[in-house]
Amino acid sequence: MAVKVVSPGLSTSVQDLGRPGHYHVGIPEGGGMDRFATHIANLLVGNDPGAAVLEATFMGPELEFTQSAVIAVTGGELPPKLNGEERPTWESFPVKAGDRLSFGFLKGGARAYLAISGGIDVPVVLGSRSTYILGALGGHQGRTLKAGDELPIGEGSGKAGLSLPAHLRRARNSPAELRMLPGLYWHRITEAAGSRFFEETWKVAPEADRIGYRFRGGTPLEFVEREQPFGAGSDPSNIVDACYPYGSVQVPSGTEPIVLHRDAVSGGGYMMLGVVISADMDLIAQLQPHTPARFVSVTLEDALAARAEQGVALARAEAHLAG
Amino acid sequence: MSIRFNFGGDEHIFGEVSEEMSLTSFFTGLSMTNAVRTAGIRGVTEICPANASFQIRFNPDIVKPQDLLRELKSMEEAASKADPVLKTRIIELPVYFQDPWTRETCLRFRERHQDPSSTDLEYSARINGYATVEEFIAAYSGQPWFVSMVGFVAGLPFLYQMVERKKQIQAPKYLRPRTDTPKLTIGHGGCFAAIYSVRGAGGYQMYGITPAPIYDPAMKVRYLSDDMCLFKPGDIVKFKAIGRDDYDATLEEIEANRWQPTVRECSFSLKDFNSDIYGTNAKLMELINGR
Repeated sequence: MAVKVVSPGLSTSVQDLGRPGHYHVGIPEGGGMDRFATHIANLLVGNDPGAAVLEATFMGPELEFTQSAVIAVTGGELPPKLNGEERPTWESFPVKAGDRLSFGFLKGGARAYLAISGGIDVPVVLGSRSTYILGALGGHQGRTLKAGDELPIGEGSGKAGLSLPAHLRRARNSPAELRMLPGLYWHRITEAAGSRFFEETWKVAPEADRIGYRFRGGTPLEFVEREQPFGAGSDPSNIVDACYPYGSVQVPSGTEPIVLHRDAVSGGGYMMLGVVISADMDLIAQLQPHTPARFVSVTLEDALAARAEQGVALARAEAHLAG
Repeated sequence: MSIRFNFGGDEHIFGEVSEEMSLTSFFTGLSMTNAVRTAGIRGVTEICPANASFQIRFNPDIVKPQDLLRELKSMEEAASKADPVLKTRIIELPVYFQDPWTRETCLRFRERHQDPSSTDLEYSARINGYATVEEFIAAYSGQPWFVSMVGFVAGLPFLYQMVERKKQIQAPKYLRPRTDTPKLTIGHGGCFAAIYSVRGAGGYQMYGITPAPIYDPAMKVRYLSDDMCLFKPGDIVKFKAIGRDDYDATLEEIEANRWQPTVRECSFSLKDFNSDIYGTNAKLMELINGR
C-alpha cells in the first residue's frame, strides 16, 4: 500500500508527535506544529495518536492512492477534494485504489494534517518518523515531498464517518493572543520597552516556518545600557550563546521578535524576552503571514492552568471519538 | 557566584551561571547538567549544557516546576564546589585553512562584511594582532579547544580555546548573515569557533574546512554509525592544519569509509589547567601525537 505524490504543495512533510531527547546535540523535537490536529487526525482514522501524518503548509498536495484506506484532514481549513469533489474536514472518509486527493484554497489557519489509516510507514529515526528538514533527518528522505515520491502506508483499520464537531476544536481569535511568560533576558530591556512590547499589535512576517515565526510592526526595543560581557558580541541584543527554549521569543538587534517552534534552532547568541506557553504553541502553527497578533503577559500559574485546560479539551475530544 | 534560574515558559528551566564566558562557568554548567542526568528525575525530558548556562526541559504534568527548581538549587552548591575533573576525550580534526571553497563563499558575500577589502582570515588576523595569516592559523591550530556547547543545528559544536583570556581570538559576526556557508566550514564568531555540520546560512567568519563529516543522519560514516553526531559538550578538539594534498587524500579515504579521526580518552582537571595552562595542553596533545 502506498500513496503517490502527484504534486507536493508548497511545503508538505511527514510528521508525528516528535522525537524529544536529542536537543542537547541540536536535534529538535519536531513533529506536527499543531499537535492537537495531528493527534485528532490519527484518532479519526483509527491510528495511534503518534502515527505519522502529512503536514501541508498553506497549500495542499495532490496524491494518488494505490489501495483502499480511510483518511481524515484536520488543522487549518484546507478543503480536501476526492476526485474533484469536496469532502469535509475533521471527518474520516474512505478512499480506494486510483482515487486522487487534492485540496481547494486555504480558508483559515495555515497548516492541514492528513492522516491515513495505518499511518505513513517511513523508517523510525531516533524514535520518530518526523522530518527534520534542516538536518535532512527522518521523514521521507529527510526532506519535504516532491512530485513522484511514493510513501509506504502501514496496515490500518479505520472507520469512515467519524468526526469531531466544531465546539470540540480550538477556536481562533483575531488578533491572535499569544500568552507569554516574561523572563530569561527580559531584564535587558527598559521598562517602557517592556510595556510597549505587550501593548502593540504585531503582524506575522513572511518568514514563518517550522523553525520559527517572525513578527514585525512593533517598535524596536530599547536596551538597558551595559558593557557587553566577554564572549557575547557587540550588539546589545547579543548574549553568550545559550540554549533556546521551544516557544522562546528572541529579538535579534531588538527589532523583529522570532518565536521558535517545533524545529527550533537549539541555541544561539540572541537575548530572549521570555517563552510562549505550551498551550499556545498549536495556535502559532495556524497563523498565516500578515495575521495580527499580540503577546499577552502571564504568570507561571496561568501557564499551568492553560496547559491543564488544554489537556481537558483533548480528553474531551478523545472521549467523543471513542464514542 | 550563584546561578540565575528562570522559568522558560511552563516546560523549561534556564540556568545562567555567568553573563560572560569562562571555562569555570562552563564547568559549573556541565557539573549541573551531569548531576541532573545522574539524579534521573522523573519528568525531565531534555538536559542541555551550553557555554556559560544550561537548560532543563520537563513535563510539568509529571514534575511540578517549583519542585524541580528546588531540586536544581540543591545541586548548585555541590556543582560549584566540586573540583571539576572531567573524564573526556581528545579528538584530532584535520583542517584545510585558506581553502578555495570558503574563500569563494567569502568573496561572494563581501558586501556583508566589516572589511570588504580583506578576506575573513586577513581581517581576523589583523584585529587580533597577528602579523600574518600564517601566524594566526598557527595560534588557531596550536592549542586545543573545548566543545562548550553542541547545537544551533544538529551536531554543530561551539568551541572555546583553552588559552588565557588575553589570548582568546575574537571576531565579530558578519554585518548581515550570509545565505550560504559550505558544509564543514570552520567559522568564528565572538570568542567561539564553530564547525558548520550542514550547509546553510551563517554569520561567522570563515577560516577553513575539514574533510571529516561531523554529522551523518544516515549513520553510514564508520565513526558515526552509533551516534550520528561526533561531538558532545566536554569533548576536547585539536585542529591539525593540513594542505590541499592531505585534504584530498583524507577525503578519498573518507569516501571509501576507511578513515576515522584520532580519538584518545583523557581526564581534565580545571585546577591543574588553571595553574599551568600550556603544560596541561601539552600533555593532552601528547596523547594524540604519541600514538
